Amino acid sequence: MPGKDGQIILDLSGVLAIDNAGTATLVGLWREARDRGAVLQLAGVSGAVLQKLNEFRVSSEVVAAPKPAGVWESLGGRSWHGLQGVGEFVVLAADVTVGAVLSVLRPRSLRWAALAQQMSLMGSQALGIVGLITFLIGLTLAFQSAYQLRQFGAAIYVATLTAISMVREMGPLITAILVAGRSGSSITSEVATMKVGEEIDALHVMGIPFVDYVAVPKLLAMVLAVPLLTILADGFGIMGGWVVGTVYLDIAPLPYLQKTIDSLVAKDLATGLIKSAVFAWGIALIGLYYGMGVRGGAQEVGRATTASVVSSIFFIIVADSLFSILFYVVLG
Amino acid sequence: MNHSASPAPSARPAGAEPVLKVRGLVVRYGDRTVLDGIDMTVARGEIRVILGGSGSGKSTALKGILGLTEIARGEVELLGQPMVGLAEAQRLQLMQRVGVLFQNGALFGSLTVGENVALPLREHRKLPQGAVRELVRSKLAMVGLAHAEFLYPAELSGGMRKRAGLARALALDPEVLFCDEPSAGLDPLTSLNLDNLILQLRDRLQMTVVVVTHELASIEGIADSLLMVGGGKVIAEGPVAEVRQRGIAEVDEFFARKARVSTSTDCSAAELFGLVASASSGGA
Repeated sequence: MPGKDGQIILDLSGVLAIDNAGTATLVGLWREARDRGAVLQLAGVSGAVLQKLNEFRVSSEVVAAPKPAGVWESLGGRSWHGLQGVGEFVVLAADVTVGAVLSVLRPRSLRWAALAQQMSLMGSQALGIVGLITFLIGLTLAFQSAYQLRQFGAAIYVATLTAISMVREMGPLITAILVAGRSGSSITSEVATMKVGEEIDALHVMGIPFVDYVAVPKLLAMVLAVPLLTILADGFGIMGGWVVGTVYLDIAPLPYLQKTIDSLVAKDLATGLIKSAVFAWGIALIGLYYGMGVRGGAQEVGRATTASVVSSIFFIIVADSLFSILFYVVLG
Repeated sequence: MNHSASPAPSARPAGAEPVLKVRGLVVRYGDRTVLDGIDMTVARGEIRVILGGSGSGKSTALKGILGLTEIARGEVELLGQPMVGLAEAQRLQLMQRVGVLFQNGALFGSLTVGENVALPLREHRKLPQGAVRELVRSKLAMVGLAHAEFLYPAELSGGMRKRAGLARALALDPEVLFCDEPSAGLDPLTSLNLDNLILQLRDRLQMTVVVVTHELASIEGIADSLLMVGGGKVIAEGPVAEVRQRGIAEVDEFFARKARVSTSTDCSAAELFGLVASASSGGA
């Protein structure tokens, strides 16, 4: 019932019992009334209800919820964080790259056991999946081009086309993308878990440099393993094309291989391997960067891992386009 | 070798260089000042407890001292060397004289317990394999984990992980041992054993021990001196008994375990509505 001077009187005489939720509702109404310049009062409060009201604590400390940032503010914030992130990445990349070069120059300082273990994880254990996928890619490439080339009676050029596209482009690219998904993600999640579990802090206070102990073996293993995997990928891709050529196009096996060898020049293989080494360098550093960037708890590890893989693949595609321009436009 | 259980720090040789000296330590996380000018001096062979409730800044103080978090202002001198601006090569050397037990052990998940303890030995000492193995077994036996040498951290309980972390922290026979919440999550018996171990280490090796904790009950028996931190500032520093006698409200609360659930300005819903218990009690 309305009272005078903005007084609101709530008659509770019919209420025999109340729980915390009910009490909270009353307190919420009181606050709302106060904010609108009115006073909420209760009438006919029974003993049981009064007891509950006595037990319910109302905090005097009301903290305002943080205001969500506006469009411009959040845009500015994200750009600023992005810039900071680029700075941090450059520092980390320089540290780890210099560390890797130094440890190659002084092989006794290198953690050989860690390097061998990482090579096995990133290289040998990826052989199966890289071989299978690139074989299928080679197969598909050959099928698609055979369909076109046969119309001109130029079926033998399937060998040329498959070989060149595998060695220059598909081999390095597919291998790098697979490695980003397999090993880039595992670098990030491993480093992030170390960060969350205070293991990075433990290394720091044990006087063991993180760069030498964790980062360098991963970077070196990656840069060594990925070009080797790429060579394997090139081979399996060409093999896929060869299967199509001999089975579907009835090209004799040896002439097909001869055509393949004739069509490849050393530059194709070299550019492919240089590219794959650079992709590997990027995948390892991006993986380390996102792992080191984790703040807080375990839920951050998954988010960082996803971000790492997406960034790695983005990096690979962008770097690949730049390399195409460099190798085939600038250097002719 | 036969020291009394808890000699007063004043009994130590006067004029000895302090092991740890902190002056005006300020740590900020963004706009928030977590530590606002902490001073402390820890003498050699002292067992020092840094005490404070959760959010008091005591763990941040430890991180600041060890260089695990950025210091906004202030100086930290550890074993006579300034931690701020120390060249990386010197820092790596200095850290070999320091052992740190992290709250959850911070063991390396990819290494067994034995390999974890061996890691600092392999990285910093040129020892034959056999010697490393014997040292590892000896340290593990010290914390009662000899049987766990070949287990992985994931296979250990929380208390075992902590003890393994202690074995690793002690691997290089450090001059100073820092412990972050050593007894949290331990059963009373294990916690007591840990205390006795720390006491032995101090008495035998003249090791200095700095313990950060929110519960004094376990460590009180062996602590020489106390630094009480609250709201990012030092509330009290000195020998345990002396600090307790000073009658400082925050300290008393800690020792009496009087819980302050809410602030005095809080009220009940009944008071909010201006109802008094006696006023309408008959109205039911």
